[in-house]
Amino acid sequence: MSALTPATVLDALSEIPDPEIPVVSIVELGVVKDVRVAGGRVEVDFTPTFMGCPALDAMQRAMRERIESLGAEAEIRVVLDDSWSTDRITPAGRQKLRNAGFAPPAPRAAGAVTLVQLERGPFRCPWCGSTDTKLENVFGPTPCRSLRYCNDCRQPFEQFKTI
Amino acid sequence: MPGRSRAELLLELADDELILGWRNSEWTGIAPFLEEDVAFSSIAQNEIGHARALYELAARELGTDADALAFDRDADAYRSAPLVELRRLEWARTIARHWLYETADSIRLEALKASSDPEIAGIAAKMDREETYHRIHAEMWIDRLLASEDGRARLDEALAELWPYALGVLDDELRPELRRRIEDKLDRAMPDVEPVPRGRHEAELVELLGEMNAVRRSGPAGAQW
Repeated sequence: MSALTPATVLDALSEIPDPEIPVVSIVELGVVKDVRVAGGRVEVDFTPTFMGCPALDAMQRAMRERIESLGAEAEIRVVLDDSWSTDRITPAGRQKLRNAGFAPPAPRAAGAVTLVQLERGPFRCPWCGSTDTKLENVFGPTPCRSLRYCNDCRQPFEQFKTI
Repeated sequence: MPGRSRAELLLELADDELILGWRNSEWTGIAPFLEEDVAFSSIAQNEIGHARALYELAARELGTDADALAFDRDADAYRSAPLVELRRLEWARTIARHWLYETADSIRLEALKASSDPEIAGIAAKMDREETYHRIHAEMWIDRLLASEDGRARLDEALAELWPYALGVLDDELRPELRRRIEDKLDRAMPDVEPVPRGRHEAELVELLGEMNAVRRSGPAGAQW
């Protein structure tokens, strides 16, 4: 077996699906901030999404198991700062979310999100593409999502919050 | 933050978020309508997530673990503000408390984001991203209550009761900013009152802890959950 490099570890971690929305991988979600390899030891800097997300433990466990399956010792370092934002979700990840019926998060603007932006912003329906949609609830079935409704195709849909 | 150690500060933040998270979760299943059921449950989940991360930081410093800090202390050892301890299953009071707390918390987080301690500044910045949505939700409801005579009367009554408690969430030097933000939104002056400080506890806290810790206490020592 060839020696592990950060790139091969990242490839392996790319196979791990998000525990709650398995259409995207945790790498596409942007939570793997850095990978370092030193001998038989792999260190991953992991930036959690929402702090109350119940999938965080499962993500760490899956990363540890995947790295151990490569024959290395794993250390997952949880980085608790604001370096993860929904802007870290990759373009491929966004497309996969859209295909699965989740509207991907809008890009972060300067300053905090406001209610006016959520009510008036051009949020696009993932089903029909219309931007004639309205906010139903700031909160949704998980901490990362809001509920919206499309006035054109009359379907409710889940919109990723921008954080 | 004057007069307390780093671990004490972390516990103060964690206890506020845990206890309020518990209070918010009391609406799960019984909120006036489904959207609010979802909203308060989701807010509770965020707050308890923040508490967990804060307890983990404190536990590292105190040589214990997050669960022991969250669940195994006596009521007197909690550092939560009395505002979050009150059990007020009445909608206007819940909204008033929610708005007062989120506004105070926002002021506190802004101060902590400027901390010279990178871990404290980092976790405050991360929490603040999520708290933005709590503030949006609270303010939306304040607007809704202020829009009708009945709503305004109920809100005013709740604010009169809770205002001294809200001031008690913050250190002295941050209180004027809370007053400014609340008065701006309401477009009226808030009374000068004696804040209800941290360190004394409402009777409801003991009751809450009894309920929250019942399952953990029923298990044998060392049980894994």
